[in-house]
Amino acid sequence: MNKKEYKKYSEERAKKSPLFSNCIKAFLCGGAICTLGQLLKNAYEALGISEESVKMLVPVTLIFAAVLLSGLGIFDKIAKHTGAGTLVPITGFANAVVSPALDTKNEGWVLGVGAKIFTISGPVILYGMLSGAIYGIIYWIVKVI
Amino acid sequence: MEYLNAFWVGGVFCVIAQILIDKTKLTPARILVGYVTSGVLLSALGIYPPLVKYAQCGATVPLTGFGYSIAKGVEKAVDQYGLIGALTGGFTACAAGIAAALIFGYIAALIFNGRPK
Repeated sequence: MNKKEYKKYSEERAKKSPLFSNCIKAFLCGGAICTLGQLLKNAYEALGISEESVKMLVPVTLIFAAVLLSGLGIFDKIAKHTGAGTLVPITGFANAVVSPALDTKNEGWVLGVGAKIFTISGPVILYGMLSGAIYGIIYWIVKVI
Repeated sequence: MEYLNAFWVGGVFCVIAQILIDKTKLTPARILVGYVTSGVLLSALGIYPPLVKYAQCGATVPLTGFGYSIAKGVEKAVDQYGLIGALTGGFTACAAGIAAALIFGYIAALIFNGRPK
């Protein structure tokens, strides 16, 4: 193997290994959060809470935990290692709401916290609602026809 | 068994996002927007509901599940109120989640201080 080939080989390895280990970490962490959600769901159902309420309580509990861990500075430390594993579950949305709110306290409570709390959650809500409304119109048309 | 299904399906959703982040340099915000929109689309196409049945929280906890809730809420509202439901259904379905994130987030801002990154 000459120098050039070795360089190419090592570059490939260097690129590949973090992606692979990142994916493993994301898989384990994301899976664990979803399993925790399932545990909460089963626990709430065992307490006799109605299905409709459980559907809302599970994300609310996970959001509460994510916000608390974000406030304590623990969330960012975990998220640095787990990447998409904490981003993709609803915990990532909660963190995306609370982190800009914490960071912009010194910019004031209205245009600081009040506005920046939507920096990432705003686009998520906007495009979620937009696509939902488009689907609603199509669903209505299909139903009427 | 339902824990195992929740684990691996939820894990796979995160791996897809991890590959997108590492390979395409998409920002996390774009990933989140993409996931919610995909959730609505996959629900509209009828692909997501069977997945929710199979994986339960493995499909509802990832942000695509947020899109699934929006789509289900819209269907329910359109069935009940007609076309106006296309506007009301989405927010109704995920009101608890959005309000919880905003209110808990605000309370956290009152209590905690941000950290230099």
